[in-house]
Amino acid sequence: MSVLVLAEHNNQSLKEATKKALTAALKIFSPAHVVVIGNNCASAANDAATLEGVEKVLLVEDTTYENMLCEPTADLLFELMKSYDYLVSAATTNGKNILPRVAAKLDVSQISEIISVIDNKTFQRPIYAGNAIATVESSTEKNVITVRTTAFETAQVGSSIATIEKIDAGNNPGLSEFIEEKVSSSERPELTSAGIIVSGGRGMQSGDNFKMLESVADKLGAAVGASRAAVDAGFVPNEYQVGQTGKVVAPELYIAVGISGAIQHLAGMKDSKVIVAINKDDEAPIFEVADYGLVADLFDAVPELDKELEKIQK
Amino acid sequence: MKILVPVKRVVDYNVKIRVDKETNAVDLNNIKMSINPFDEIAVEEAIRIKEAGQCDEIVVVSLGPEQSKETIRNALAMGADRGIHVKTDHSPEPLLVAKILEKVCEKEDYDLIILGKQSIDDDCNQTGQMLSALLNRSLGTYASKVEIENDTIIVTREIDGGLQTIKLKKPAVLTTDLRLNEPRYASLPNIMKAKQKTIDELDPSDLGIDMTPKVSTKKVEEPPKRVGGGKVESIQELVDKLKNVSGVI
Repeated sequence: MSVLVLAEHNNQSLKEATKKALTAALKIFSPAHVVVIGNNCASAANDAATLEGVEKVLLVEDTTYENMLCEPTADLLFELMKSYDYLVSAATTNGKNILPRVAAKLDVSQISEIISVIDNKTFQRPIYAGNAIATVESSTEKNVITVRTTAFETAQVGSSIATIEKIDAGNNPGLSEFIEEKVSSSERPELTSAGIIVSGGRGMQSGDNFKMLESVADKLGAAVGASRAAVDAGFVPNEYQVGQTGKVVAPELYIAVGISGAIQHLAGMKDSKVIVAINKDDEAPIFEVADYGLVADLFDAVPELDKELEKIQK
Repeated sequence: MKILVPVKRVVDYNVKIRVDKETNAVDLNNIKMSINPFDEIAVEEAIRIKEAGQCDEIVVVSLGPEQSKETIRNALAMGADRGIHVKTDHSPEPLLVAKILEKVCEKEDYDLIILGKQSIDDDCNQTGQMLSALLNRSLGTYASKVEIENDTIIVTREIDGGLQTIKLKKPAVLTTDLRLNEPRYASLPNIMKAKQKTIDELDPSDLGIDMTPKVSTKKVEEPPKRVGGGKVESIQELVDKLKNVSGVI
């Protein structure tokens, strides 16, 4: 049996999400191979080679793969999968975009967003926004799997370094072209790997008011997130969204400010270790999942929280 | 230009589902069903493209039981032109749905297929990608903006870090994200008009597809319940608890 893990990277370093997907892959079969597809991305391959449980890293570098366009990347993975039984990726937007295209070419179903590996054919995955957990069993030889990263630990650096094998690029079917990417640069940690997240909802009333949350976040070394309502209202960009169809997070501490707690939002954060809710509506469903609920006007409570945290820092 | 929009009938997004311990499945009795929200956005986008004079006909297709016709009528009332109902008792897995849609595309040619990015029941997020593979067409998932030019489509996509813009060759497959548009409500005259629109029926067994599932569901359980509901009276108490009880700050 053999497992191939698709690496998520920015052509420089390996993303945390892949280290978690690797942990899931190793529960299926150990050791695993990792494939790094990109352009001038040898350093990401070097990162992957240091991880415990990685036997070999396949490195494919070509301008075709600079932005991981779906069609050429899926074609290449389809060719590579002739020698593997499992293809595993983190359920990032790249993973979710590319893997089903490979699965269909292999004539197998994909098992999406697994949260546990029961055996090498049986997995658990959330359905209905996490309100039910399905145990599913695959009947095919080859399997394509995406991994919900919050459910698995980060793979650690191992004692040996895996070999890196360069693989030739495949053909570019020329169906799509990259134009541009608008990625917000922030000093704060990424939402999906942050230990603490401060999120705002419709109650924030404006994008400007998110500055209050940013100030709190910076004192805690936290990431800033948002509910769908806040993103739809244009307070913050889409990449802030936590929820069923946004980012699924499970930090040590999640502070929900002015968020009522729709099912779809809870789906994205209810596995956080400690949940704090600040909302003036004491009936808001967010309080049902909160460890510490504070019924208060956020415009009083957040500046006060900011001051208290400043005191602690001193 | 002709656009195909596949739509799915799902549990309404406001319903909190319950797992039936006896049947080991989600209890769907007497539950409000609706068009999958992302599919509704797909229908709306197709209508906007048609209103801009860039499309001649919108065909809506749905797989499922008899009631799926209501979902199709829904889309027809919004402004789609005609429907295709592929009758199935259960909801097949995404690969099989994609194979059926491939056959639908063999019968008639579509320049553009717009699907919801995922259905909110099984949360698979696969069908559009799989269909693009089977048809060997370009793919633009998680679209938040779509601009049609002559032979190409410019798609802005919601990705983990922000937004990505790509150019696709036609014919293409797109999947919708939340912020692509806000779907309209069907007006009463349009609901009446939709009753006159054609819905053709297709039997999957006539399409020559092996419908044997490749993945089977062994059981469905409720997730572990989170015990919440704790309250604090002040910010001082909150900070004290976070620091000294939970130890998270």
